[in-house]
Amino acid sequence: MAAVDFNQHAVAFAAQADQQAFLKPLNQAGLEQFKALPFPTRKTEEWKYTSLVALTKDNYNQAIQNSDVAGCESLYNIADLNANRLVFVNGVYKQALSNIETQKGVTLVTFANANAEQQSEIAEKIGQVAETNRNLFTALNNAQASDGVYLNVAKDVQVIKPVHVVHVTTAQGNAASAFSRNLVELGIHANVTLIEQFVSTDEEQNVLLNQTTEAIVGDGAKFNHYRLNSEHESSLHFGGVYVDLNRDSQFESYQVLLGGKIKRFDILVNHSVGGSHCEMKGVYLPKNKQQVDIHSYIEHKAPNCTTNEVYRGIMADQSKAVFNGRIHIHPDAQKTLAELSNKNLLLSDKAQINTKPELEIYADDVRCAHGATVAQLNETAKFYLRSRGISAQEADIMLSFGFINELLESIPLEALRIKMRPLMAEQFTSDRELTRHILTDGESV
Amino acid sequence: MLSIKNLQAKVEEKDILKGLNLDIKPGEIHAIMGPNGAGKSTLGNVLSGRSDYEVTGGTVSFDGKDLFDMDTEERAREGLFLAFQYPVEIPGVSNLEFLKASVDAIRAHRGEEPMNSVAFLKLAREKCKAIDLDQSFLKRGVNEGFSGGEKKRNEIMQMMLLQPKLCILDETDSGLDIDALQVVAEGVNSLRDPNRSFIVVTHYQRLLDYIIPDFVHVLADGKIVKTGGKELALELEEKGYGWIEESAAKGV
Repeated sequence: MAAVDFNQHAVAFAAQADQQAFLKPLNQAGLEQFKALPFPTRKTEEWKYTSLVALTKDNYNQAIQNSDVAGCESLYNIADLNANRLVFVNGVYKQALSNIETQKGVTLVTFANANAEQQSEIAEKIGQVAETNRNLFTALNNAQASDGVYLNVAKDVQVIKPVHVVHVTTAQGNAASAFSRNLVELGIHANVTLIEQFVSTDEEQNVLLNQTTEAIVGDGAKFNHYRLNSEHESSLHFGGVYVDLNRDSQFESYQVLLGGKIKRFDILVNHSVGGSHCEMKGVYLPKNKQQVDIHSYIEHKAPNCTTNEVYRGIMADQSKAVFNGRIHIHPDAQKTLAELSNKNLLLSDKAQINTKPELEIYADDVRCAHGATVAQLNETAKFYLRSRGISAQEADIMLSFGFINELLESIPLEALRIKMRPLMAEQFTSDRELTRHILTDGESV
Repeated sequence: MLSIKNLQAKVEEKDILKGLNLDIKPGEIHAIMGPNGAGKSTLGNVLSGRSDYEVTGGTVSFDGKDLFDMDTEERAREGLFLAFQYPVEIPGVSNLEFLKASVDAIRAHRGEEPMNSVAFLKLAREKCKAIDLDQSFLKRGVNEGFSGGEKKRNEIMQMMLLQPKLCILDETDSGLDIDALQVVAEGVNSLRDPNRSFIVVTHYQRLLDYIIPDFVHVLADGKIVKTGGKELALELEEKGYGWIEESAAKGV
């Protein structure tokens, strides 16, 4: 079969999309941006280690045919999480599965349900933070954006319930693409928690989900962010989170990514004005033949800002991961404190990690550190556990889980912490006998 | 309990043990002393089955079973315990979950149910107290950020929890101040039992003031070259190892 020309089909698909009038300028600009970007090859730096060949085997630039799925609540249910929930199935908003309780000073509405005033707010802000020059899928998201979540928090408002945005994908009759877009704006000293969760039905997936989130964090505001990807291993996910930090604002983000056929996640944080802080922790756990590709870009454009970025990955079987973490200190960003750490564990001879921490510094009075390590399970530690009667298998699992446990333990939202630990442990084995010790701690103490 | 016959072992292509013989009966305490590089630590590592130590000859029977037929974890479940000279730090794995996994594995081997978490926590706290370790150590990563003395006490605490048949203490006294040494020795002495044996590997006589051995062996160049009572340790402390190595070399 001849290779499918992804770009040609994407342009045709975008041209016929049924779009909302207030998003037309974004859509049109997005299409132009997309047209200017070639489909990545192995020579394209930003895509060097991730194979996109699956996108040329079938035509993904086709519309979703079916967005109904019965009983999908169990896929994303998080016990004891009292949240405002918005559920999208294959990019289509599902009012019946969603639950929004209003709070004064908080706008939480889908683009399609936005009133005229909200539409003009969205139109004014959307596309301001997302960058497309490094990622053609974000350009395509601009071109196709039609629905998503608009979250606006007024000055001084502390949002009581976390906002839980769920994306479910399901198998279609033929390959298709779903698009979704979130826009978050926090006023001065506002505070909100956003949980972006991605799940799928337990079947071979053929929907490419292209999702972009933009956030503008006001002076002194705090944006708490979670991104949890635990779809079926055949999923195709292209995600981007773009954050603009104003004076003295804070961004705290926890990302947990299981692997997919292609899973690409870009995160860009701009320290735009000064005094802002970014705290980012991520865990990626591909196995079998899955791929995960994470690109983070931290732009220190202003003085007195801090970044603490910690990512850990465990690659099993024949899986592949890419971690590209760039911290860019601009000439005006004096007194920057920035740290980036990326540690990786390879569980098999055939697993791969390509890690590239990058530090680019154009200011002279800054303190920055970055480091990456790649290792295998520590044989001495394994011997120590076995010398206490613990089986080799359980020792492997305890050590692997231990490698990411510190990050999981640091998740502030308890309901998520409780949800994530067993989900992560299950990645190493389905035998509960082997995970019972790592999971009973915490509960018993 | 333990019968070692003509044991030979090498590490990284270098012969370390060159025909070691040792017989240990239930309830006995055997001290093994010797100069650096004699093979003292190798003995403990070989007995517990560390993979970078290759056994090239000899036999070891443990409670009538061939020790070399068993994996490291099986040896532990059968009741062999090595207190490490350098306990390993394992961040991310809590001491408590590690201890519980260990106790449950050994109980399962004996056909017993896993301990319930509440009873286990109570037991672990008792043992912490007995060995003068703060309870906060249970929640921390295994040996993570522990001082040298805390690590050694954590080893003895594990020994107290697991109640092994044969305890091998590999230079447990090194790096301990006198107070810590006494606490560790008390822990060991509390485990003395007519059915439990000890191999105490040490470089210094000092530990043997607190843990009184039945036999003292001198290990030099991969063999036991002299055996005596506890008074031999004092003689070694006074005269060093030179005289023994010389007489061993002469075949006296």
